[in-house]
Amino acid sequence: MKPIIEFKDFSFKYRSQVEPTLRDINLAIYPGEKVLIIGPSGSGKSTLANCLNGLVPFSYPGDITGTLEIDGVNPKKLGIFGMSKKVGTVLQDTDGQFIGLTVAEDIAFVLENDQVPQDKMFDKVGEIAELVDVATLLHHAPTALSGGQKQRVSMAGVMIDDVDILLFDEPLANLDPATGKRAIDLIDRIQKQKNTTIVIIEHRLEDALYRDIDRVVVVGDGRIVADTTPDKLLAGSLLKEQGIREPLYITALKYAGCEVTPESHPQHISSMNLQPYVDKVQRWYREKTFQKVENRQEAILEVKHLSFGYEDGDPVLKNIHFTVQKGEMISIVGKNGAGKTTLSNLICGFAKPNEGSISFHGEDIADWSIKERGEKIGLVMQNPNQMISKPMIFEEVALGLAVRGVSEDEINERVNATLKICGLYPFRNWPVSALSFGQKKRVTIASILVMNPEVLILDEPTAGQDYRHYTEIMEFLKEINRDYGITIVMITHDMHLMLEYTDRTIVIADGEMLAIDEPARILTNKQITDKAYLKRTSLYDLAIACEIPDATAFAAYFIDYERAMGGEG
Amino acid sequence: MNGRILTYEEKDTWIHRLSGVSKLIFFMAWSITSMMTYDTRVLVVMLILSLVIFKVSRTEWRQISAVFKLITVFMLINLIAIFLFSPNQGTKIYGTETVLYHLFGNYAITTEQLFYEFNIMIKYFTIVPAVLMFLATTNPSEFAASLNRVGVSYNVGYALAIALRYVPDVQDDFHQIKNAQEARGIEMSRKASLMDRIKNVAAIIFPLIFSSMERIDVVSSAMELRGFGKNKKRTWYSGKALQRNDYLVIIGATVFMIVGLVITYYDGNRFYNPFL
Amino acid sequence: MKKLGIKEVVAIGIGTALFIVLTEVQVPIGIPNTALQPRAALLAFMAAVFGPIVGGAIGLIGHALGDAVFYGSVWWSWVFPEAVLGIIVGVFAKKYAIKEGGFDKKAAVLFNVVQVIGNAVAWILVAPVLDILVYAEPANKVFIQGFFAFLGNIIITAILGTLIAFGYTKIGAKSSSLKKED
Repeated sequence: MKPIIEFKDFSFKYRSQVEPTLRDINLAIYPGEKVLIIGPSGSGKSTLANCLNGLVPFSYPGDITGTLEIDGVNPKKLGIFGMSKKVGTVLQDTDGQFIGLTVAEDIAFVLENDQVPQDKMFDKVGEIAELVDVATLLHHAPTALSGGQKQRVSMAGVMIDDVDILLFDEPLANLDPATGKRAIDLIDRIQKQKNTTIVIIEHRLEDALYRDIDRVVVVGDGRIVADTTPDKLLAGSLLKEQGIREPLYITALKYAGCEVTPESHPQHISSMNLQPYVDKVQRWYREKTFQKVENRQEAILEVKHLSFGYEDGDPVLKNIHFTVQKGEMISIVGKNGAGKTTLSNLICGFAKPNEGSISFHGEDIADWSIKERGEKIGLVMQNPNQMISKPMIFEEVALGLAVRGVSEDEINERVNATLKICGLYPFRNWPVSALSFGQKKRVTIASILVMNPEVLILDEPTAGQDYRHYTEIMEFLKEINRDYGITIVMITHDMHLMLEYTDRTIVIADGEMLAIDEPARILTNKQITDKAYLKRTSLYDLAIACEIPDATAFAAYFIDYERAMGGEG
Repeated sequence: MNGRILTYEEKDTWIHRLSGVSKLIFFMAWSITSMMTYDTRVLVVMLILSLVIFKVSRTEWRQISAVFKLITVFMLINLIAIFLFSPNQGTKIYGTETVLYHLFGNYAITTEQLFYEFNIMIKYFTIVPAVLMFLATTNPSEFAASLNRVGVSYNVGYALAIALRYVPDVQDDFHQIKNAQEARGIEMSRKASLMDRIKNVAAIIFPLIFSSMERIDVVSSAMELRGFGKNKKRTWYSGKALQRNDYLVIIGATVFMIVGLVITYYDGNRFYNPFL
Repeated sequence: MKKLGIKEVVAIGIGTALFIVLTEVQVPIGIPNTALQPRAALLAFMAAVFGPIVGGAIGLIGHALGDAVFYGSVWWSWVFPEAVLGIIVGVFAKKYAIKEGGFDKKAAVLFNVVQVIGNAVAWILVAPVLDILVYAEPANKVFIQGFFAFLGNIIITAILGTLIAFGYTKIGAKSSSLKKED
């Protein structure tokens, strides 16, 4: 069979850069294959994707050596429009990709540009909307849709063109775990039904492997470092070397001293042959020693019977009630649109609750202004670009102090101290624009920390970060929590984050609080994970398969063990 | 989030069913007539007609009450300002002076001034129901499509559609950024010096503009990848062919404009003068 | 006239959305019912980056739609000058080189000279003349009104518009000369 995508000795250098971003790429993908491309940020995997859809070289010019053929043709000959007939791209930013004013129009966008008559469009849009399960939403505006729904509309919008290749750029980045699972499921179904070639770019390996993948291509530093099957990849040590997170059950097996072999089919925990490993896992578990968790008993933030709604009779939050202890790291989880962000808005004073109250150190803060709350409870938004308003790093971090009329000497002192804590001191005179996304995130955290808040609320602190940056940010937060006693509240749908870095988790679903408990207990409880659109951790399945009755204790031990390893795992 | 902004609401009346282009032509003819004429008779007829249209389109008071109050305040200020700047504008226009009440110095209330300001007022007001009706009953996508149908480049139609598509997103971004900056202590309306106030606004607007500039890149890539601009023409999912009613409205609006202007300029002067 | 590219179409769309949203933002200066309008600075910035067509279109559509959705009326005599302003500022887009990272002091001076001229034409000439022609409003009133609009807009554009341009040009600039300090 002839490959549908074929790179031969392919290199690419952006016009604005000195070094090539891709070097000596040799890769062949065959029709109907489903290929996962993984690699850390900056490895060149996005550039590889842009070569496939024609954005390179048409929108991002540069120098190409070697050849690339898509369906036997050089993309250069086809032009970007010709390429769009062959390769459909679903971008990571679903808001950017959703161009139409309604779902139906967005799906029809390609057809409109191809001058397809209207009645034909109606038929085709109806048909494809059925396939991706958005048929009931055809006349909805994008603002009325969840992230998962928007993504399905984006898929419909590119599939309507009967493309041969579907390219997904980090499809899981903005989705809660259950919705992500559903997306992977849908991609799988489409591939089986239409026999489309699928290329998925992702770094959340465990979630991406939820359905069968034919091959995994690992990109590192502009080169292909592996082109192999998932089973072989999981058995080896390459993932660790490349800074990509292994599935948790694989890590657990390795902790237990097991030599994972490709023959045991480790791709899915459900179908994996665990026979050779059971003994070792059980022995490892029996040796467990729990670290004593200190019991904190000083309430810093109390949320009491809080209810909120924009309109009467349509509550966004109902009777939310919990206490955050001083010095803890706590996570708030739940599906997209469950009201997590609304909750942080209420705590910060951006919205007023209809019922209930919030106390800080026992004092009701209903009368505190946004600014007064901001001095005690700092908020870090998800997208650093939405917070940074000064061109230079020092000025940005100093801004909060400057507007409060703090003296210049004190500003210098406090800003420099904060920049040192955040590891940004060497960059203090740099423009913000020269920083990477993760560094910008640090700048926004620094700009809040400088005001000495007692509580830090972070909205999706690690969204869109690869494992290395994720670990960097989280270890940094752990440090400021441990060394400076700052209480940290994180809104997230990253289950690794809640499991590994938080002491307790608040679960919110459909505006109601389902639970507040240790993460290991929550992520092994099917009832809660289902209702809150979380995913039960694979550690649970591993424990059950190894006949360890207390799966929660198993998960908890895993986390303890990992923390003891010092984040090396 | 923001209840004040006027938006399209789907309903089923014959006005809703009209093509956006017919409504635009009506709106343009109406605007031109109301701008050109100063003939009280024409203006009064227009005012009455607007109220009728309003009723027929089943636009509800709650959709427009906030906006309406705002306009009224603005109108009052404007009318007072005109009087303060030029109390004799009426006399200048109509050529007579009938003093009702002398205030002080040059300032006297004259019948002519009152009549002139009354005309300005209804001139402004005749356009209000037309705007509200247009916004509340026109489906933006269909409007973009129908603009293209009457010969406007689809690029223009689509630019308009994108503007309407992204207003809610930009508005959300704006509120989020504003909140977060306020929590850092940056407020927009404080008794600070003018320069400080501008700096604070800058702190909120900067992230908004820069993230919007990124969005321009993403959206153009997305459109390009999906073949926008490939052909000279495109079709529209929400397009509607012009119906009998559309032609009636277009013809009606044009005839109305011509008749209105003929009546207005019949005596060689755009003002209707009851004082002669 | 040059054909509109995709980027220009999107810039008009999103620029207009920004312009409309910023209609809400006013910087009070102490005189009742008078405020500086940051959206004027935005318009000048967008025109300076994307050129006269985008600038003119954002001015025209943004002002008309902004008026309509927030105030329920369209004051055409103030809509057209906004478009004129966008066009005038946009004519010299290449010279400011904002996107290319070349917005320096010299470019800033040019930008401000042009914006002052543009605002003068728009608010001291076009707007009052249209007000007189359309609404027969008293000449002294509309010229004073126009003058204050001119003043407010040149101030906000000189400060805010120039700052935005400097900030944005830094994003485009090469940062090869940066060194870590201890």
